[in-house]
Amino acid sequence: MLSNITIGQYYPGSSPVHKLDPRTKILITVLYIVMLFAAAEVIGLLPGIIFFILSYIISGVPLKMIFRSLKPIIPLIVFTAVLNLFFVGNDVIFEFWIIKITGEGLRFSIFMIVRIIALIAGTSLLTYTTTPIMLTDGLESLLSPLKKLKFPVHELSMMMTIALRFIPTLIEETSKIMSAQKARGADLESGGLLKRAKALIPILIPLFVSAFRRAEELALAMESRCYHGGEGRTRLRELHFKLRDIISLLITALFLASVFVLNSL
Amino acid sequence: METIINAENISYFYDEETKKYVFKDLSLKVEKGSFVAVLGHNGSGKSTLAKHFNAILQPTEGKVYVNSMDTLDEDKLLEIRKDVGMVFQNPDNQIVATIVEDDVAFAPENLGVPHDELVIRVRDALKAVSMENFSDKAPHQLSGGQKQRVAIAGIIAMQPDCIVLDEATAMLDPKGRREVMEVVRRLNREMGITVVFITHYMEEAANADRVVVMDSGKIVLDGSPKEVFTQVETLKSIGLDVPQVTYLSYLLRGTKLELPKDILTASECADAILKLLEEKK
Amino acid sequence: MSLPVIEVKDLTFSYNSLGTTHTAIENVNLKIEKGELVGIIGHTGSGKSTLIQHLNGLLKPNSGTVLIDGEDIFSKECDLRKIRFKVGLVFQYPEYQLFEETVYNDIAFGPKNMGLSPDEIDKRVKEAAAFTGVEDYLNKSPFDLSGGQKRRVAIAGVIAMDPEILILDEPAAGLDPKGRDKILGQIKKYQREKGNTVLLVSHSMEDIAKLATKVLVMADGKVEAYDIPEKIFADTERIEKIGLAVPQITEVFEILKKNGIEIKESIFSVEYAKKVLLSLIGEGEDA
Repeated sequence: MLSNITIGQYYPGSSPVHKLDPRTKILITVLYIVMLFAAAEVIGLLPGIIFFILSYIISGVPLKMIFRSLKPIIPLIVFTAVLNLFFVGNDVIFEFWIIKITGEGLRFSIFMIVRIIALIAGTSLLTYTTTPIMLTDGLESLLSPLKKLKFPVHELSMMMTIALRFIPTLIEETSKIMSAQKARGADLESGGLLKRAKALIPILIPLFVSAFRRAEELALAMESRCYHGGEGRTRLRELHFKLRDIISLLITALFLASVFVLNSL
Repeated sequence: METIINAENISYFYDEETKKYVFKDLSLKVEKGSFVAVLGHNGSGKSTLAKHFNAILQPTEGKVYVNSMDTLDEDKLLEIRKDVGMVFQNPDNQIVATIVEDDVAFAPENLGVPHDELVIRVRDALKAVSMENFSDKAPHQLSGGQKQRVAIAGIIAMQPDCIVLDEATAMLDPKGRREVMEVVRRLNREMGITVVFITHYMEEAANADRVVVMDSGKIVLDGSPKEVFTQVETLKSIGLDVPQVTYLSYLLRGTKLELPKDILTASECADAILKLLEEKK
Repeated sequence: MSLPVIEVKDLTFSYNSLGTTHTAIENVNLKIEKGELVGIIGHTGSGKSTLIQHLNGLLKPNSGTVLIDGEDIFSKECDLRKIRFKVGLVFQYPEYQLFEETVYNDIAFGPKNMGLSPDEIDKRVKEAAAFTGVEDYLNKSPFDLSGGQKRRVAIAGVIAMDPEILILDEPAAGLDPKGRDKILGQIKKYQREKGNTVLLVSHSMEDIAKLATKVLVMADGKVEAYDIPEKIFADTERIEKIGLAVPQITEVFEILKKNGIEIKESIFSVEYAKKVLLSLIGEGEDA
């Protein structure tokens, strides 16, 4: 159980969705995105939506968490809706002054909104049910065939792990530095944009200096612990595909197929 | 006694141009299974010396041997670092992974230890530092002392012969320092791991079998804690502390209440005073 | 009695973390007189750091208030930035706040924020640098200095604001005995020569015993005791109960007392211990 990790937006739980291999979940998410983009009409989105609702119910993630992930994209949703509503199609169903709304525009607008919402809600379900470290491991494993093409898969995943490890440390450090500069009378809250940007210098410079110092010390510590790249490394955390992973992938594939069936109707 | 670390007439400078030596012609042998404290103030060269013990730094002149392997030998680098593990000062800057058990596994993973054995090693290492109940925690949820214990577990998991602690207690509160000291003493006694403990706290050095005092790149004192701490004048002159009771005994020299020179602990001191007072009655 | 320079009334502060509420300090009441050097002791998590961050308004309490020179710093009329110039706070490892290209500019950061004239800033910077012994490095980059020197530059940056009250959170942490004695000596001087009030958080009972005129003991977010050091260290059991250690020399005398040796005073300096011991066998100081 990794229930205390607060980095990212992991929502601790022990549902079947949580228990799936991270590679399975990443693959399912990719298939899910394909599902949404393959849909040609509103009806084609139905399998994706049903699939999402089922996964969501099984995952046990509260509804408010899903809404929370949608909040930042509300402006984008509104913008897309308005754009499509007014500027698409010819079959006018409502007209006032220079504004005209067409039937096609209305349909397309709804189609786009549903698609965006389903996309964001679905992908956030991945991060709600998978810890960042599992995501990293999953990605490293999925990308490992690229190693043959000299793509630095291990290095990338090591970088991600270290970044995840140091995010809380650096957040804490930022707040400490801010307090220290405020204690010296730094004014971080008032003034125009330029003044505020200037006020950040006393925060950012110490933060960078400290990040470099940390990086240097960490490199030394890693070397002392026999780190010499990804070659010959074993892993404490091994990933194993289980029956449930295969079944989940098959179900997802069925949903995807149904999209194509609906499209051809 | 078998020697694990042998520094023979080593010299070191950071800057090729100025050739300002951190130390020159320094020799030190560390015996297997011993607990050696290296005491000195900042800039005395003690940390630079420590970094020679696992081939992070290499001497500009002279040789350092770890288990008879020359630290200049590139091919032996991994083996040397596996034999002599190093714990650093800042607990935040040496933990690599986001979860305690993953971090403890880091070194053996690098060494290619098979998965089944990894699991055992991680469990045992966490047990050895009494952190087995924290295996699934994130590093930022731990106190300073706990983080340093995790760092020590990360070294133990390599199954080293020796641990070098490079001012590993300098940033900890008294509780954290006590925790680390207890763990290190236990590792030394129960698992026979050689400990090199670099510090500027004399209370900590008093726990060792042997205290080496460094000043401006030279070894000025080398002996048992009792032998070293009775040299009150030498220690004070290079800006180091002595235990308060040792200082008391020093101040009382030449008075009618002359205490033994080599007292280190409060109870030793109280016993000596009680005995003397008894005699005076 | 004169007006206390710091008065803390029913101060309570709690914060949320992972959905649970932690109370950092609870119902703290405290009066500190002008010119004291108050040693603050308590284990990690006892609320020391939370308390001192309320004294210059960096943290705002859930209830209760803080009066500095009789002025309620959390009232609407009070300008918190002005309070921060009056109550200088030096955080733990203050060298991590240095950011300017030269030591001079870094020390000048506080005085500049105060809106002082260039002449006054220059005067303050030079005085503060001389006070902490970094006057020779004014044109150097702070990042080229040693750890102890950086620490003194950072402290000079707060002293340059000439605060009436100086609060330091473990100013000697991580320094060797030499560096520690230098910094603590300067802090004592700030109190003694300038008549200012100093609050000093420290884990070292030896340092507190040597410097403080009053000791504040914090435990579990509450004030456990506030008194002169003689009284605080006399109660060895209480100190140990809350997880702190008394100075080694005090421990010796506790053992002596338990063995029936009659000693009235509580002893926490080695020099004083010598005097007391010699008087026990009828010897004076000149023995």
